[in-house]
Amino acid sequence: MSSNYDLSSNYEDVIIGLEVHIQITNLKTKLFCSCSADYRGDTPNSHNCPICLGLPGSLPVINKKAIEFATRLALALNCKINDSIYFFRKNYFYVDLPKGFQISQYNKAGGKAFADGGKITIKLNGNKKDIRLNRIHLEEDPARLVHKGSIATSPYTLVDYNRSGVCLIEIVSEPVINSPEEAREYLRQLKSIVQYTGISNLDLTGAARVDANISIKGHDRSEVKNISSFKEVERALKWEIQRQKNLLKRGKTLTQETRHWDDKRRITISLRTKEFEEDYRYFPEQDLVPILIDKNFIEKVKEELPEMPAERAVRLHRDYNLSEFDSENLVLDKHIADFYEDGVNSDPSFGPSEYKQFCNWLMNDISGYLNEQNKTIKDTNAQPKQVVDLINYIKEGKITTKIAKTFIGEMMNGISISKIIEKKGKKRISNEQTIAENCRAVIKENPIIVEDCRKNQKAIEALIGRVMGKTKGQADPEITRKIMVEILKQIGIIE
Amino acid sequence: MKLYEYMAYELIEKVKSKEITIEEIIYQIYERIEKTEDKIHSFVHLSKEKALNKAKQLDEKLNKGKHIGRLYGLPIGIKDLICIKDSPTTCGSKILEGYHPPYNATIIDRLIEKEEAICVGRTNMDEFAMGTSTENSCYGPTYNPWDLERVPGGSSGGSGSCVASGQTPVSLGSDTGGSIRCPASYCGVVGLKPTYGRVSRYGLVSYANSLDQIGPISRCVYDAAILLEIIAGYDPLDSTTVNIKIDKYTEELQNPISKMTLGVPKEFFGEGLEMEVKNKVNGAIDKLDNLGTEIIEISFPHLEYAIPTYYLIAMSEASSNLARYDGLRYGSMSTEIGGDLYEVFSKTRSERFGSEVRRRIILGSYTLSAGYYDMFYIKALKVRTLIKEDFQRAFKQCDAIVCPTMPTTAFKIGELVNDPLQMYFMDILTCPVNLAGLPALSIPCGFDEKELPIGFQIIGKYFEEKVILNIGYLLEQELDLNRKIAPIKEGGT
Repeated sequence: MSSNYDLSSNYEDVIIGLEVHIQITNLKTKLFCSCSADYRGDTPNSHNCPICLGLPGSLPVINKKAIEFATRLALALNCKINDSIYFFRKNYFYVDLPKGFQISQYNKAGGKAFADGGKITIKLNGNKKDIRLNRIHLEEDPARLVHKGSIATSPYTLVDYNRSGVCLIEIVSEPVINSPEEAREYLRQLKSIVQYTGISNLDLTGAARVDANISIKGHDRSEVKNISSFKEVERALKWEIQRQKNLLKRGKTLTQETRHWDDKRRITISLRTKEFEEDYRYFPEQDLVPILIDKNFIEKVKEELPEMPAERAVRLHRDYNLSEFDSENLVLDKHIADFYEDGVNSDPSFGPSEYKQFCNWLMNDISGYLNEQNKTIKDTNAQPKQVVDLINYIKEGKITTKIAKTFIGEMMNGISISKIIEKKGKKRISNEQTIAENCRAVIKENPIIVEDCRKNQKAIEALIGRVMGKTKGQADPEITRKIMVEILKQIGIIE
Repeated sequence: MKLYEYMAYELIEKVKSKEITIEEIIYQIYERIEKTEDKIHSFVHLSKEKALNKAKQLDEKLNKGKHIGRLYGLPIGIKDLICIKDSPTTCGSKILEGYHPPYNATIIDRLIEKEEAICVGRTNMDEFAMGTSTENSCYGPTYNPWDLERVPGGSSGGSGSCVASGQTPVSLGSDTGGSIRCPASYCGVVGLKPTYGRVSRYGLVSYANSLDQIGPISRCVYDAAILLEIIAGYDPLDSTTVNIKIDKYTEELQNPISKMTLGVPKEFFGEGLEMEVKNKVNGAIDKLDNLGTEIIEISFPHLEYAIPTYYLIAMSEASSNLARYDGLRYGSMSTEIGGDLYEVFSKTRSERFGSEVRRRIILGSYTLSAGYYDMFYIKALKVRTLIKEDFQRAFKQCDAIVCPTMPTTAFKIGELVNDPLQMYFMDILTCPVNLAGLPALSIPCGFDEKELPIGFQIIGKYFEEKVILNIGYLLEQELDLNRKIAPIKEGGT
């Protein structure tokens, strides 16, 4: 069957399981010591103590807040939390691991994960699908290795232990993801849920890392490690699936192996095959005593758990008359959704029409701007009030939508709408005489287009566009259209 | 009487009453060390200048009527695997050559910073506490002061020999499978292994972390009680310590024990036990009988599995605990440079670990590896539970268990070096206690024909150090052996 393997991008027989490691960046201290976990941008090796350096004689002490945060995430993902939490040692030698083992959790060899099961619901092309989870568990982050340029050519490796011991949660999905697009949606939803639980900010560099297990049904899988951001995952998956399909097409056999995603070259490289798989010699970490998780604790965390994105989408759909599509997109980034609700609720005159407009501004122009700038709304000085003003100014006819769109950049810098208008002098022109003058000028300057209007209705749009250009977008488009049509009738171009 | 012959509690009294100065004591202690150390080799690092300076400071404080810690400058030897800030801590290993920890173990803070004992030096030990003879030290062996051709026991051999020979009145050791009690027995001194979780392990370099425990070595039970009072107790930095009341051990030593029942496990008197050891231990049991206790025979059916269970668990844990030593961040690296990362690690570890440590790391890595884990490690954990249950059953019938500490008296240096299994067997009567996590005390109960000391072991219930110290103290009074300082005798037999 492999000789005539279908090479088209259909993913029917693709099986993907993801292991997502997220740093719990909202914890003040590391998982097993009291060093600050907020190390980004600080001097290397300045957030350290005997424990996170693994010095002889040091012992780990669990960060209780980490247990609470993991419980929050487990509840948000509908996992079943185990009633006692204990840790295992994962033994391997590497310079990023100062103890020669990583303190982690393990669901085999007599161990248990933090929580089992759970799911994330995704929607793709209008179809809903539950991505079932296998488990989530807590573990410590290894140190960060710094190279000069690419790993392969760097003359040295520097080790920064600031990251060593920072709390990670690993979220392991079942192998039920069937395409890179599903993986992308899964990660989008996961990121959103994590943000709503308030445990981490995955927008920080290196806060999320992914290992992916990929196989074509009936063949051995490969594990692609070191995908260092959510954005890279879809790309890495597509590449790896293509690689496997190409091999099958050429009649080759796939072997179980571990591969590395090289994000500079954007390819996966083989690290080792099955027979050289590392044996991590997992066994219980007895320097930490089991922690009992009682029902009262879980109940308390549950009560404090904020509204999750799925619930919020339902509420926005209902309360603001938004479409399902709009509300689901709006809630993805909590800060955007908060911005939305703050805004629409601040003006009592707002109704369904304004709700929809506000949503459009956020999802189209503002999101577009943020994507382009690679920023989140929190990185800007934008205020919900500005969008409220914008909508009202348009409604009152003071500015046109077209003009309003040019305000986005300044708006995001926090400048009020009235100031922007003042500065740009971009009030709407509604004076019919002024508009008529401009229309006549355009007709005079563009005889060919005017002739075209005789047989092509759309040519009128081109003339209107010229008027807009002439007035720097200030002319009211509706009035312009009305007057343009009137003049064209007067001079006998149209009837 | 020379100052070095006094017990710790006597020295404390003498300083308190200003009969002598701390400086005088420390000075004389070093005089004693300098005179005897060539023959015994108890210490791997000495810190005379630092100790004398501290002594002077403390004397000054005393003279000015200022507050001073409860130990009044008491000289103490500390095993080379308990971290002392900015002072060499090398675990008897070449791989930690030159390592000065940047922090104090919790018990060092309590003993030295707060209660103001003075550390005179770091005592010799089997490398990473792996051994029963102190022959596995990168600094060479320690010699038993009762017979310099013999081992002092191990792994805390230096801590045993320094106390036995009057080099210090007290010392600290660590006990994973008998490493305090064995040298106590072979050197004729008192050694206490507290309940697992009684004393903080923060700053104790791990050998087998589910078994390790720090404890005192002294020439009398009273001194052991003084030290335990200070080092015992909950430590937020060690999650395995237990936050329960610490008894006033020194005030409970003279309680009558006539209402107690003592269990004698018949299996502990089985094959391999030297006749003279058996006789002297039985003699001590008779003394306890005379003190009014009820002596009963108890059974300990799983004793024969204790050694394999102990070694499987200890080696498995050790293989992981010792993985951090690669010479990269601290300690020393192989001088042979070259190769990739793994080659450098490999060279350093092959070259800088001794053979016994390498043996245990390799065996421990093997027993934890995929396919063998269930067969070895998991099975050992199951047997460990059975051994705990043997103790639990016994403690339903008795208040404490009495038995020999070691099956023999001290053996000769080199005698068992090439027979690791025979060496491992020496732990048969001590390691079950670690597997169960119980407290146990070893006190001298007499000498064999070669004038080598014999140890008597008292095993207590969890956190009942009070009871075993009480029994030990009264038995010590009956036996009247505790003032004897080892003669530092050339071997002959």
